[in-house]
Amino acid sequence: MPETADTARAAATAADGAPLLAVSGLTGWYGESHVLHGMEFDVREGEVVTLLGRNGAGKTTTLKAIMGILAQRKGAIVYEGQELIKLPARAIARLGIAYCPEERGIFASLSVEENLMLPPRVRPGGLSLEQIYALFPNLEERRASQGTKLSGGEQQMLAIGRILRTGAKLLLLDEPTEGLAPVIVQQIGHTIKRLKQQGFTIVLVEQNFRFAASVADRHYVVEQGKVIDTIPNDDIEANIEKLHAYLGV
Amino acid sequence: MFELLGIPPQALFGQLLLGLINGSFYALLSLGLAVIFGLLNIINFTHGAQYMMGAFVAWMLLHYLGIGYWWALVIVPVAVGLTGIVLERLMISRLYHLDHLYGLLLTFGLALIIQGLFRNQYGISGEAYSIPSQLVGAQNLGFMFLPNYRLWVIAVSAAVCLGTWFVIEKTRLGAYLRAATENPVLVGAFGINVPRLVTLTYGFGVGLAALAGVLAAPIYSVNPNMGADLIIVVFAVVVIGGMGSILGAIVTGFGLGLIEGLTRVFYPEGSAVVIFVIMAIVLLVKPAGLFGRTA
Repeated sequence: MPETADTARAAATAADGAPLLAVSGLTGWYGESHVLHGMEFDVREGEVVTLLGRNGAGKTTTLKAIMGILAQRKGAIVYEGQELIKLPARAIARLGIAYCPEERGIFASLSVEENLMLPPRVRPGGLSLEQIYALFPNLEERRASQGTKLSGGEQQMLAIGRILRTGAKLLLLDEPTEGLAPVIVQQIGHTIKRLKQQGFTIVLVEQNFRFAASVADRHYVVEQGKVIDTIPNDDIEANIEKLHAYLGV
Repeated sequence: MFELLGIPPQALFGQLLLGLINGSFYALLSLGLAVIFGLLNIINFTHGAQYMMGAFVAWMLLHYLGIGYWWALVIVPVAVGLTGIVLERLMISRLYHLDHLYGLLLTFGLALIIQGLFRNQYGISGEAYSIPSQLVGAQNLGFMFLPNYRLWVIAVSAAVCLGTWFVIEKTRLGAYLRAATENPVLVGAFGINVPRLVTLTYGFGVGLAALAGVLAAPIYSVNPNMGADLIIVVFAVVVIGGMGSILGAIVTGFGLGLIEGLTRVFYPEGSAVVIFVIMAIVLLVKPAGLFGRTA
């Protein structure tokens, strides 16, 4: 196997030891319903990994648990060597983790620019407003519009753009392509690749594995609240049958 | 023209002025209620008692410590606002995960307790609080006399309402507030301390009520029931404006004060109920209120 930049970095982080994010034995509930049954996975710095799985497998819940907005959670979530499981969401955000929810969470009472400026800077090194507008020119044109007056694709760009300003290093993106036109999906794919180049680490929840395969380094297959398989993106073609079976497509 | 209608202009302008004064208090109080309801989802029934506390604390500052009106304008909203913060931390914050009704019951109970304590201590006859010497007197406008203090009340109320509107609609802090009103969980996940924002908002709303109380002290007698009488009307104003709407609270506050004044001129018997009649009509036609967002 040729020594690519990726494998070199993987070797380097492996030498350092700890991954950026390590999730182990993570269980979680919504009230009475037990959703996560011992999630195990980790994410190295600079990687894009996906959580693939069917509806209701626990992918979204996993992101919510990492972000601290799932009230009932147990297990271990270690980010940069720090245990997050007992921290409130605002403290987790302050450590440099940012969340882009599936429903996008654009605020109707805020303009596009107010939406962009809302999340406070938690660390140095975030993108400037100009850089975000360069990434998503549509948003600049509509900076004064009410946030929810944007099209679905523009709202998704706003939801992603909004968390790039904060200096967060780890981005949790929940189905950013859901319900969007192919050309917009492509644009979001380009954006994710550019963010990876800029050094962001990304955990992506996806149902669309074609899209996932176009941006990710590794895939964790989630079923019934557990990771049941790990597939490096380079091996995805060899595992296509297995993936179809997992995802039921 | 006025003679044709059989209404002397003095009466008309006099009632319009009175309406504007009442409107100033409606606006200040409903603004506080709207801010609190927007973020906390609590219908703050203690608001009237907190307004009364504002007037009483101003009176106490003067009576016991010799601190006058101008200092009271600053000290009282802060002091009463702090009692609101304590209340929110100790009691109200425990109810956010429950139905609106529990917050309403708690704050209603607190209002009764606070009013009872003041009634016990000071009776119901009321205490006098005089107009500060700088604002004694009146302007002769030709067609009527405009007392300086009333003009001051209208000006302060309008300025405070405008300032509050500006902060909420145009600043970064206001953006946090609006966003947290919509989706507190997500705002928290961005690293903003939402519980602290909620506490400070309650304190601010209570401070507005207390400020209204200080402004009212020289006009109305300072007595333990002054808030209970007013708050029912203010709730009607909030419903008409639209629960939680900042602009709605301000505009309907002043507007309904004026309408009430006009009613007193043209159909005095209806002046006590006109606001409630309008409330019923608005609820029938536009249940979210005139400025309410239909969710």
